[in-house]
Amino acid sequence: MTRHTLSVLVEDQPGVLARIASLFSRRGFNIESLAVGPTEHAGMSRMTIAVNVDQLPLEQVTKQLNKLVNVLKIVELDPETSIQRELILVKVRADAHVRSQVLETVTLFRAKVVDVASDSLVIEATGNADKLDALLRVLEPFGVKELVQSGMVAVGRGTRSITDRTVRSAERTAERSA
Amino acid sequence: MSESSATEPAGSASPDAQLPGAQLSGAESLVRALEDVGAETVFGIPGGAILPAYDPLFDSSLRHILVRHEQGAGHAAEGYAMATGRVGVCMATSGPGATNLVTAIANAYMDSTPIVAITGQVPSASIGTDAFQEADIRGITMPITKHNYLVTDPTLIPQTIAEAFHIAGTGRRGPVLVDISKDALQATSSYEWPESIDLPGYRPVLKPHSKQVRETARLIVEARRPVLYVGGGVQAAGASTDLLRLAELTGIPVVTTLMARGAFPDSHPLHMGMPGMHGTVAAVGALQKSDLILALGARFDDRVTGRLDTFAPGATVVHADIDPAEISKNRVADVPIVGDAKEVIAELVGAVRAEHEAGRVGDFAAWRDTLERMRSTYPLGYTPPSDGELAPQYVIERLGAISGPEAVYTAGVGQHQMWAAQFVKYEQPRTWLNSGGLGTMGFAVPAAMGAKVGRPDATVWAIDGDGSFQMTNQELATCAINDIPIKIAIINNSSLGMVRQWQTLFYNERYSNTDLHSVRIPDFVTLADAYGAAGLRCETAADVDATIEKAMEINDRPVVVDFVVHKDAMVWPMVAAGTGNDEIKYARDMAPDWDKDEL
Repeated sequence: MTRHTLSVLVEDQPGVLARIASLFSRRGFNIESLAVGPTEHAGMSRMTIAVNVDQLPLEQVTKQLNKLVNVLKIVELDPETSIQRELILVKVRADAHVRSQVLETVTLFRAKVVDVASDSLVIEATGNADKLDALLRVLEPFGVKELVQSGMVAVGRGTRSITDRTVRSAERTAERSA
Repeated sequence: MSESSATEPAGSASPDAQLPGAQLSGAESLVRALEDVGAETVFGIPGGAILPAYDPLFDSSLRHILVRHEQGAGHAAEGYAMATGRVGVCMATSGPGATNLVTAIANAYMDSTPIVAITGQVPSASIGTDAFQEADIRGITMPITKHNYLVTDPTLIPQTIAEAFHIAGTGRRGPVLVDISKDALQATSSYEWPESIDLPGYRPVLKPHSKQVRETARLIVEARRPVLYVGGGVQAAGASTDLLRLAELTGIPVVTTLMARGAFPDSHPLHMGMPGMHGTVAAVGALQKSDLILALGARFDDRVTGRLDTFAPGATVVHADIDPAEISKNRVADVPIVGDAKEVIAELVGAVRAEHEAGRVGDFAAWRDTLERMRSTYPLGYTPPSDGELAPQYVIERLGAISGPEAVYTAGVGQHQMWAAQFVKYEQPRTWLNSGGLGTMGFAVPAAMGAKVGRPDATVWAIDGDGSFQMTNQELATCAINDIPIKIAIINNSSLGMVRQWQTLFYNERYSNTDLHSVRIPDFVTLADAYGAAGLRCETAADVDATIEKAMEINDRPVVVDFVVHKDAMVWPMVAAGTGNDEIKYARDMAPDWDKDEL
C-alpha cells in the first residue's frame, strides 16, 4: 500500500464532511489525515485527504467520491510536485536544566515557541510528516506532555490552479442551463 | 424522465405557479412542486411532522394512496417506477415513519430504481434534542441514497424537489430523500419553480467515447466466443430494441441477469437465459467459456460471477456502464465504456456495421452450436414430486403461460423468486420486477401494488413465498380499498424455502427455524377474505390451470391464491456460494459435463 494525497473540492453544504468520511469507512478505507477549510471561492471548500491504499482501490474510492453530488473535483497530488504541510503544537517539559537544549532544537527545526511556563514550553512547528516526526523524536526524551496535530494540507507547485478551472466549468454549466 | 432532460427539471411549470409574489406555505409549495415536476401518485402515511403537507395534498391533483406500513409505500414507489420508468414517490412522517422507509430506500439504491422519498422532520429548533419522533433520517440514509436533503427553509422546497427528481431519474437512477422540517412546511414564502437545475457536481456521462466503441467493434469481429452480458441498465435505459438489433446484427449469444429478465425476449434463439447462482447451464457456460464478455449495464455481482478469481478466465472484458465506479470494481475491464446503455448499444451497432462493410465479420457459428448443445443437454427442468404433491415450478410455469408476456410479474425473495425468474417466459422489458441486489423479502405485494397503479390496464401478478408474503401482506387492505386489483400467487411450501434448501445441502438437513407451519397458520384463504380479497386454494396439479384461470377472471378486487406445494423442491442449477462457476451443479450431485466440447 502506498500513501496518496487527494485534494477534494466540495460545495460548502451541511453534511458534506459526513458524506465523505462515511463513504471512506463504508468502502473499507482508512483516512490517515483529513483537513478541511474554505477556498478563495465563496461556497467552495477544499479537503486534503491522505489515505494508504493500493492503486486499484484508490481509483474505486475516487470514482465513488466523484459520485457524491456535493463533490466538484478530485485531484491526486504527487508529493514530488506538490507542497504538503502539517502543523503541530507540542507541550514539552522544559525546566531550567534543559530549557536551552530544547530551545536549540526549536531553532534547528525552524520551529517557534508560542507559550512559556516555568517548567514547560509550547512549540509550534510546520512541515511535512518526515520533518515533524524527526522533531518529535528529538523532543521525546525531554518529555512530551501534550501533542496536537493538524491534518495535512497540500497545494500543487507551479501556476496552475485546480479551483479556477472548476469554477469556470461550473459557471459554464450555469450559462448553458440559463 | 428522459435522458435528454439532463439540465432541465422534469415536467413543465404550470402558469399560475409562476405568479410573482404568490405566498404559499411550505406544505403548499411542496404539493405544487410535486405537481409541477409531473408526479401523479404518492404512496404514504401521514403523521405529526409531515401533517402540514397532507392538508394541501387533500385538494391536489396528486393521487395519494394511504398504505398500511411505510415499507409498503417505499416498495410501491419502486414497483411504480420499475413498471413505468417514471420516478416513484413515497411520503412518511419523521422518526419511525422515516425509518420504516429505510429498507425500501436501500433496496432502490441496490437496484438503481428512481424514487423520491419525502419525510417530515421535527421543527428545526428541535433538531438534535431527541425530540418526540426525531430520527436523523438524512444521516441514516446517506449511504443508501444517491443524494439526500434536509430542508429547513420553505423557499428552497421547489428547487429541492426539482433537483431530487432530476437526480433520481437521470444517470444511474436511484433513490433521493428529501427531509423537510415541520416549521419549513408551516412557514410561508413565495413559490418559484426553478427554470433550470444547476448541479456542478452532478453531470452524468451519457454519450460513450467513440474510440472505445470502435475498439469494441474490432474485438467483436475478431472474437470466437463472445457473449452479451446484459444487466438492469439495459432495462433502465429502455434499450431493448437496440439490443435486439445488436444481437441479430452480430449473432452473439445473450444472457440476461436477474435484473434484466425481459430486456431480451426469452423466445429468441440467441437467448441463453439467466446467468449466476441459479442460472441456466448454457448462460453460466456462455460467460465462463467466453473469450469476449460484452457487459452492458451489468455489474459483475457476486451472484453472477461466483468466485471472482475463477470467473471467465479466458475472457477479454468490455464493460459499458453509466456509472464509472462500476467499471473495474469487481472484474478489471480491458475496454471501459462510460455511457447510457441505449447510446452505447446504438453506437456499437454503427461501429460493427462499419467493420462488416470493411469485410470483417465475426464467425460465431461453432460457439453458438456449443451453447445450443449445452442448452439442449441441460435445459431448465424439475422432477415432479413422487408423492403427488404440487411442484412449485409447475405452478409458476403455468402461471406464466396462462397470463402471458403482457402481464407484469413481481416476486419476493427466495426459491419462488428464482423459479419465477426461470420458468416465466419474459418477452418485454419492465415486466419482471424483483429485489435483486438487496434481496428484500416482502417486496412482491407492495411492488405489485405500485406497478398496478402505474399500469392499471396490465395484469399484475405477485409471485410470492409464504414467508415473503407475511412480511408485507398488510398492503392487501390498501389494494382492496383503493381498487388496485393485483393477483397474488403464494407458493406455499410452509417454510423459508431457500434457507431450508441451504440447510438441506450444507447443514446436514438440520432444519433450524425454517418451518413456518403456513399450511395451518395463517389460513391464507380466510386472510384474503378478511382483507376483502378473493381467496383461492390449489393443492393438485390437475387444478392449477382452472385456479389460475379463475383468478384471471376476478378483476374487481385483489386475488390471493394459496398454492400448497411440495416443500422439498430445490432450485437448480446452483453454483454454491463461495465456489466458482465451473462447479455448477445441474441437480444435486450432478455436474454438467461441459468440458467435452472442444473450445
